[in-house]
Amino acid sequence: MLSFDVDFARGDFTMTARAEVGAGVTGVFGPSGSGKSTLLALIAGLLRPRRGVIRADGDVLVDTASDRFVPPWQRHFGLVFQDGQLFPHLTVRKNLLYGHDRIAPQARRHDLQSVAELLEIVPLLDRRPALLSGGERQRVALGRALLYSPRLLLLDEPLSSLDERLKQQILPFLRRIKEETRVPMLYVTHSRDEIDYLADAVITMDRGRLGVAP
Amino acid sequence: MWLSPEEWDALRLSAKVALWSTAACLPFGIALGWLLERRRFPGKFWIDILVQLPMVLPPVVPGYLLLLLLGTNGPLGAWLQATFGIVVAFTWKGAVIASAVMAFPLMVQPIRLAFRLIDPRLENAAITLGARPWSVFFSVTLPLSVPGIIAGSFLCFSRSLGEFGATMAFVGNIPGETRTLPLAIYSLTHVPDGEAAAMRLSLLSIALAVLALLLSRWVSHRAERKLGFQDHRAQHAEL
Repeated sequence: MLSFDVDFARGDFTMTARAEVGAGVTGVFGPSGSGKSTLLALIAGLLRPRRGVIRADGDVLVDTASDRFVPPWQRHFGLVFQDGQLFPHLTVRKNLLYGHDRIAPQARRHDLQSVAELLEIVPLLDRRPALLSGGERQRVALGRALLYSPRLLLLDEPLSSLDERLKQQILPFLRRIKEETRVPMLYVTHSRDEIDYLADAVITMDRGRLGVAP
Repeated sequence: MWLSPEEWDALRLSAKVALWSTAACLPFGIALGWLLERRRFPGKFWIDILVQLPMVLPPVVPGYLLLLLLGTNGPLGAWLQATFGIVVAFTWKGAVIASAVMAFPLMVQPIRLAFRLIDPRLENAAITLGARPWSVFFSVTLPLSVPGIIAGSFLCFSRSLGEFGATMAFVGNIPGETRTLPLAIYSLTHVPDGEAAAMRLSLLSIALAVLALLLSRWVSHRAERKLGFQDHRAQHAEL
């Protein structure tokens, strides 16, 4: 599915990451500052590696040796940020459709209604993000990424800005997405519990180094 | 408050010049605000200085330079006249150019600030959802900077209404053509028994300025609310 072998450096921070990610949920686990978010940004194309190769489904997305760099808007990953990053000037409906409207109709695997029902956000569709609670915002962010029909969902600590009670509310939705849509996920977190609940495989990161745990 | 026909002319002309000046500054203000805030390019520092310069120079200097450049004998002025038959020196179009040059820095600053305040992660979110850079600009960056664009437009409009020095130097003080409100007031203070009329136009200018400020507040308040800024604050206040 996805494989990467990259070096990244910025200032004092250096990172080496090499792994293969298959179907299901792959947890990326490690303390804060270990380079987890950097790894997702490299995969999404928001950062360029100093050296290395990133491949997805046989496409070469990055190859520094041949100067190949597919820009982020052509990579087709859905990225969900820590605090949702919903567009404040658009309604929930327009937020959800932002990526959906930017792909070819035949490439769309989900429709607004079924995703909104899956995430139980139907009553929120005509609201603006500022009026949503943290948990609602995160569910809309998940829906927005999902409606983009990504080949892989990249989740960057999607629950870390929520309190414990809300986390327990959102986790089942993530499991639902995993089981009902079968979209592979790379799930970055520093929470063991979330990994245990969701992940089929785990990659651990420590100070910019990466290892594969059983 | 009853105005004489000449005073009405001055008011109408001021409004026309200020509107055209704002309209002319708007696209350049957005483009340059974005370039100066988001891009690195050679000569950026000096372009920044050049844009700000009219704000700190005596206004008569840019006016005089415009006359040299765009006057009927100026290199650009002669070319405009020969190629398009357009004469800007000593016409209301010249007054628009003078106002635009002087008011442009006031347009650019708030727009720049608006671009700076946009969370780059929102643009990253858009780009990872398949939006190309130009599409990110029009669907995310530009709508989110609307309050700054509105504020800049009103400042530009108000500054254009008040333009005096550059206008005087470049296009003179011709009744009905380049005599805007400030120039009319200036002329009235130089004629015997002109004080009452000068005071009337001064009060009118104050009223216009206050009106523009109130309107600016109201419009940007609405724009911010539409973007959810206010609701957000209200929500924080509740917690």
